Amino acid sequence: MADVKKRATREGMGEEIVLLGEENRNVVVIDADLGSSCKTDAFKKALPDQYYNLGIAEQNCAGVAAGMATCGKIPIVVTYAAFGSMRMCEMVRQEICYPKLNVKLICSHGGLTPDGDGASHQTVEDLAIMRSIPNMTVIVPADYVAAKKLVRKAVEMNGPVYMRFTRNAVPILYEEGDNDFEIGKAKMLADGNDVSIISIGDTVRLALEAKDILDSKGISAEVLDMHTIKPMDEEAVRASIRKTGKIITIEDHSVINGLGSAVADIIAQEGKGILRKIGVQDTFGETAPYDRLMEKHGITTEALVQCAEEIMK
Amino acid sequence: MSEEKTIQELQNICVDLKKHVVEMTYHAQSGHPGGSLSAADFVTACYFKVMNVDPKNPKWEDRDRFVMSKGHSCPVQYAALGELGFFDLELLNTLRKEGSILQGHPDMKRCPGIDISTGSLGQGLACAVGMAMSAKADHKDYRVFCVVGDGECDEGEIWEACNTAAKYGLDNLIVYVDNNGLQLDGPVDEVMPLGDIAGKFAAFGFETWSINGNEMSEVVDALEQATASKSGKPKVIVGKTVKGNGISFMENQVGWHGKAPNEEQCKQALADLDAAYVK
Repeated sequence: MADVKKRATREGMGEEIVLLGEENRNVVVIDADLGSSCKTDAFKKALPDQYYNLGIAEQNCAGVAAGMATCGKIPIVVTYAAFGSMRMCEMVRQEICYPKLNVKLICSHGGLTPDGDGASHQTVEDLAIMRSIPNMTVIVPADYVAAKKLVRKAVEMNGPVYMRFTRNAVPILYEEGDNDFEIGKAKMLADGNDVSIISIGDTVRLALEAKDILDSKGISAEVLDMHTIKPMDEEAVRASIRKTGKIITIEDHSVINGLGSAVADIIAQEGKGILRKIGVQDTFGETAPYDRLMEKHGITTEALVQCAEEIMK
Repeated sequence: MSEEKTIQELQNICVDLKKHVVEMTYHAQSGHPGGSLSAADFVTACYFKVMNVDPKNPKWEDRDRFVMSKGHSCPVQYAALGELGFFDLELLNTLRKEGSILQGHPDMKRCPGIDISTGSLGQGLACAVGMAMSAKADHKDYRVFCVVGDGECDEGEIWEACNTAAKYGLDNLIVYVDNNGLQLDGPVDEVMPLGDIAGKFAAFGFETWSINGNEMSEVVDALEQATASKSGKPKVIVGKTVKGNGISFMENQVGWHGKAPNEEQCKQALADLDAAYVK
């Protein structure tokens, strides 16, 4: 994938929400003084009457969004994953999820992608927190194209959604013309019979790289992009259990209560299948280059290959 | 409401609502009578004098909104909604019972007339701000009335919401601080002194009124002035009130924040309130 194009997923989101706002004037953006960073500049410029910057006050942003949603608006609250999932967490639970209001939390800087910012901004708990709240849908697009397609689906569905985007550029995996994105439906990216790799967000590319290496080693891996962690495509997981019975999950997130844990629930209920979870091992991040961080936390192509080989023994 | 009610009629409606609060919390054997009673005059004036709402069409999009940000005081709002016919009055005594539309804290999905679910303090005002912003964005003239507790003003989100209300010139937002001076653990002045509440709101860009919040004529006057003013500023009415207002043994007692009366206390409370009707 040497010459592959890279773009941050937050950029895809930033472009698509302008179109969504033009198509439906009830779509509004609520920023918390992170607009430039989260790529809402274009929306602000194109649709100033639908744009609100409420300053560095995330809890209030969540409440205002809830109030607006009761009046027919479709608020897109934009911030970083750390603040969207934690600083405003209880407001999201009480005022957005409990009354099931039509608010979208659009969060950049997910996982380890705010590499230089260190542990305060790197968010390895958000998916665990958000998927625990009733009525919440949780989505993590893998690339720039998926970001555009899935943010559209999120805005078009009725109800609360949490979406996580990357700060850093990640390889573009999907064709612009690929319209096969459904919330709650995994994308099968590669077929294989020996082992199943279930990936999400910025780890999908790692899964695809690992598949190529495993092919050369005579191991046939299937690859799934589980972009919706809740509601999870349980049938896709069950199909993998039936087909390979050997599953590796990989996520830029804690191994506690994220993608791996969600898959583990299904495996446990089925009573069969072997699981290995790759992710952040119950620790905080730190300042370092993104690739170094992923390496340090063992979230790499090499780790996937090694894990697949071990599981095949 | 289209019909014009006199101060005396409103005072008597207020007594009706207070009696409901006593009976509801008695039947539930839980709930929050103290703060419901202190806010009763404001709730009465809003629902029976000032607000445009339609009990037959609770989701009418041009209605005035009411947010009980101090959600635990919902019994008095439920009483008002019941009296207006948003639901069968007999349901009042299902407060806090399994399956009831009258949850322990307001639930907009279950109870007609509740404009936003509340219960976790500090959050309702931000929601009210969002509603008032929507009215401005859509060029609608509905108003948003929001009751916050004085203890609730400990929450930082209240002041975040105030900043927002001032920035967007929300003169369609009327905040009422039910300044009964007591919070769960003790007097506000001991738990977390707030100082000059009206002064704080003024510093945040609000137009302010300070009144006796248990004096119906003052409540109505302030509401009429606040709704008439097109100052481009959000409004706050700080009502000095008495927690447990109207009931001899509850007034100004910290212990009656979240406690239900027993049978004897219920009888005594209703007798106290019966004596309060203005003839």
